[in-house]
Amino acid sequence: MRALRILNRGIRDSFKSVFRNLSLSMASIACTTVTLILVAVSLVLTYNINNITTNLEKELTIVVYLKKDSTNENRVTLENDLKTMENVDKYVYKSKDEWMAEMKQENPTLNVSLDYLEENPLLDSIIVTVKNVNGLGVTAEKIRNYDFVSSADYGEGMVENIIGIFDVISKGTIFIVLALVLVTAFLISNTIKLTISSRKTEIEIMRLVGASNTAIKLPFIFEGFILGIFGSVIPIVLSIYGYVYLYETSGGYLFTKILTLAQPFPFVIVVALFLLVVGCLVGMFGSWRAVRKYLKI
Amino acid sequence: MKLIKVEHAYKIYKNGTTAIADVSVSINKGEFVFIIGSTGSGKSTFIKMLYREEKPTKGKVVVGGIDVSKLRNSKIYKLRRKIGVVFQDFKLLPKLTVYENVAFALETLGLPTKEIRPKVIKAVEAVGLKDKLRNVPSQLSGGEQQRVAIARAIVNEPKLLICDEPTGNLDPDTSREIMKIIEKINKDLGTTIIMATHDKELVNKMQKRVIVIENSVIVSDNMKGSYKVHESIKNSK
Repeated sequence: MRALRILNRGIRDSFKSVFRNLSLSMASIACTTVTLILVAVSLVLTYNINNITTNLEKELTIVVYLKKDSTNENRVTLENDLKTMENVDKYVYKSKDEWMAEMKQENPTLNVSLDYLEENPLLDSIIVTVKNVNGLGVTAEKIRNYDFVSSADYGEGMVENIIGIFDVISKGTIFIVLALVLVTAFLISNTIKLTISSRKTEIEIMRLVGASNTAIKLPFIFEGFILGIFGSVIPIVLSIYGYVYLYETSGGYLFTKILTLAQPFPFVIVVALFLLVVGCLVGMFGSWRAVRKYLKI
Repeated sequence: MKLIKVEHAYKIYKNGTTAIADVSVSINKGEFVFIIGSTGSGKSTFIKMLYREEKPTKGKVVVGGIDVSKLRNSKIYKLRRKIGVVFQDFKLLPKLTVYENVAFALETLGLPTKEIRPKVIKAVEAVGLKDKLRNVPSQLSGGEQQRVAIARAIVNEPKLLICDEPTGNLDPDTSREIMKIIEKINKDLGTTIIMATHDKELVNKMQKRVIVIENSVIVSDNMKGSYKVHESIKNSK
């Protein structure tokens, strides 16, 4: 019961103190808000880059054209070999007649003109999907080594560059997020240190009348918690409404259809929860660190 | 029964200054003791050792059965709950009312509200401030503020009340008033009082036990002492 009352008092006092030291509280809240907004932006960026990369990877295939004089046996050999290749996820055989039918269907003008051809000029093909995009080039090279293969192509060069850039961006963003979180923790710690030094007498009296260290620390740690919650309100609202707005006005993609945005739900909810948790933890850590100093003799 | 027992206590600060050297003294329950001495004599350090604001470097200091010299930092609160302390600068929280300032001591200990109220009223009555319960410190005179501080110190009914120059900031009339209250606490509640002071008139008038500390050691300890003893020692040097 006694512990509960101390806890209860701790919560009550921390609320009081947030409002009593309003200007310093606002400073803490503002610095949490700014950092969390940056954290939110980085999260949205990282998640979308990952999303785009995954989408790109799904669509990346090697199109293998077999030579005109290749036999059915050749095709079976290649298919069997593909089964044993490590990086090959799946493959689909598409005959030249299927290609022709597809082309005719897609374009009515072509449909008429293609009918004049006596022989189908297209090549039989196998479309190969890989497991790991980074091994795309090696796998394509292996396939090219068969002498009955005419070509094995994918979006060489450009694809690798894009994926490389995305990789750097998402790793860099994670680093920036971590650094920002750390900086906020120390900023809050210092701000609360200022509020504490103005409340030195209070701590002194608490110690004097025999309050245990825990009882002294509690209100301050709760205060950090509350500052964290207040600080995360604006970033949460901004990231939910901001992202939904961006998604709706852009129609779900940026500039080109390749750069698709991730679905807003449940993504924004996860971001919101993450911001809340980070805000609270950072606030609590900051104030814990600040009050520790005043409890030593 | 002995409440305080100090045996060969030393306090040497990190910079090498010796504040207390080989001090041994014992104080019984219910006693009223003045500690006098010039500024820098070690008097303050001695008082601070009693409520473990300073840790003795060597020797033994036992207060109310607790060995202060062995008390860990995190366990100080156990000692402090048995002691009330009053300072020259009152140390009141400026934004809290008289009632809240006194209740603060009990609230931090986690007492239930219905137990806090009667105790606070009783303590405030004992210092004669019942009609100022809702005032904040800035609306009170110096003497009244010190009375609030005394109420806060005795609200938990401590066995020992330590007063570090409680009348240092007050005029002679108010000082006498404060002394009357402290004397009453000593008589009515049986609380042991230890008071550091520079107030010659008070010490001479009260005719209580006087311990004189000069140059880090106890130079005299009289059961019915006065400032005269102190001055004769000083003049003989």
